Amino acid sequence: MNAIESLKYFIPELVLLGGAFVALTLDFFLKQKKLVGEFALLVIVVALCLAKAPEKPLPLFFGFFHLDALAHFFRYLALAAVGITILISLGYTPLKKRYEGEFYSLFLFMAFALILVAAANNLLMIFLAIEFISLLSYLLVGFLKNDPKSKEAAIKYLLFGSVCSGVMLYGMSLLYGAAGSIELSVIGDTLFFAPFKPLAITAALFFFVGLGFKISMAPFHMWAPDVYEGAPTPVTAFLTVAPKALGFAVLTRVLDSVFWNSQSVWSPVLVILSILTMTIGNITAVSQSNIKRFLAYSSIAQAGYILMGLAVFSILGRGAVLIYLLVYLLTNLGAFTVVLFVGGQTQSDSLDAYAGLSERSPTAAAMLTIFLLSLAGLPPLAGFIGKYYVFAAAIEGKFITLTIFAAINSVIAAYYYFRIIRLMYLTPATGPAFPAPSRSLTVALWALFLGVLALGIFPGFFITRILG
Amino acid sequence: MIVLPLSHILIFSLVLFAIGVYGALVRRNIIGILISIELMLNAANINLIAFSKYTSLSPETGQIFALFVIAIAATAAAVGLAIVLALYRVRKTVQADEVNLLKW
Repeated sequence: MNAIESLKYFIPELVLLGGAFVALTLDFFLKQKKLVGEFALLVIVVALCLAKAPEKPLPLFFGFFHLDALAHFFRYLALAAVGITILISLGYTPLKKRYEGEFYSLFLFMAFALILVAAANNLLMIFLAIEFISLLSYLLVGFLKNDPKSKEAAIKYLLFGSVCSGVMLYGMSLLYGAAGSIELSVIGDTLFFAPFKPLAITAALFFFVGLGFKISMAPFHMWAPDVYEGAPTPVTAFLTVAPKALGFAVLTRVLDSVFWNSQSVWSPVLVILSILTMTIGNITAVSQSNIKRFLAYSSIAQAGYILMGLAVFSILGRGAVLIYLLVYLLTNLGAFTVVLFVGGQTQSDSLDAYAGLSERSPTAAAMLTIFLLSLAGLPPLAGFIGKYYVFAAAIEGKFITLTIFAAINSVIAAYYYFRIIRLMYLTPATGPAFPAPSRSLTVALWALFLGVLALGIFPGFFITRILG
Repeated sequence: MIVLPLSHILIFSLVLFAIGVYGALVRRNIIGILISIELMLNAANINLIAFSKYTSLSPETGQIFALFVIAIAATAAAVGLAIVLALYRVRKTVQADEVNLLKW
């Protein structure tokens, strides 16, 4: 499909892109920067309303933007993540300085970039879109002026990320050489017949380095705790969710269309990496004393569970990845919203600030409890549905070792989630009660809370829509 | 005209890539690390161009890919140096091992 014909299917993305530039311009004229944020929210809502599911896969822009069911699902996921992040940023005080308007418009660009990743169907687009996300993330992580931690996190993210994308690009160039094309489908077909197996496997490994960095898969997870701790809290909330989800989108697409015939080679690798990721994340999370760092390790562990679905790579496994990503998005954003609220009140992200939270702010404590229980995977919350599906996929595929390791890990995880809950309910409060959260935070909290409950209690409604 | 065999170019790009990785791992100066990363990107560029001449079904894709990579490398350097500058303003250092506030 050529560029002009494609435009009518590309309207939500055009709205986002146009909105981002308008937001940048508005930033010059408006004294009240909050209005820029509200404008950005409006743009996201409009884009959400305009996004229509394609009836059949559409190769827009000469096949460079592949709009299919997977891309459409991730379009919703990306817009939801960005929308909620902007909503909670409205109540984030360290941002209330000169650059608040730019912050919101960068997030609109981010939404655009995330959708590009989901729809990328050849090596060039994958590389460009991932770099687009990475560059924006580096800037957002280092956004707080005069905050040494934020700057340090940005520099670490930048160095680690650039090396990983360099390695990934080298892998891509080998893949291009082996197959003679940058289209994923053509590469898949060529590799099946050509005698390029060793080169293809090397290329695949290099490729996994870049994607593994994005989804914070062990052994490429080292950046995650530092970056998540140092970044501004809304950015941390966003980074633990959206780029990771889109990393999984690309990984699914690449495995699906390029390496589908060599599953026996990479499946054991992914099984081992999945076990490694969840174990490292869980064991290190136990001893953390900073809530952001704690949630960072927990999010590494969650990536390990999601990787289970990909390691199995059956139809059920791929569906499980999508369900888990949605569940994880709601739950993790919810947990970080509470962290943002408590951090705003106490100026501290240490776990001690959560002692006796149930007395200081009963709503926040109750919400955080629900989100943590959902992360631990307890019924009837959303997390249980996600876990149920990945475990079902692993058992169906006869990956018994993987299942056993995942079960042990869930127990460790339950231990440290309950530690926080105990801290909130069973230790005496150390300070006065908090005032009620601001309006935008309240809206975000309740929306995420209801989302987690709804997904847990009526999973059928969502699952039939996701799995088609 | 003498045509260089493909393997020569690939070995050259592999060496260049290895130098880049080595530099990124052992350099202390953050600017040095960024330059090493540029070397890695350029190694990939050489691969792309070489493959576009020797094995590609459509030679122009590899060359266009390389052009995009050059542009991305420039933007990454711009963003990277901006962050290094911001770091220097706050911490007065560009040595990677002195940036150590965030730990286990």
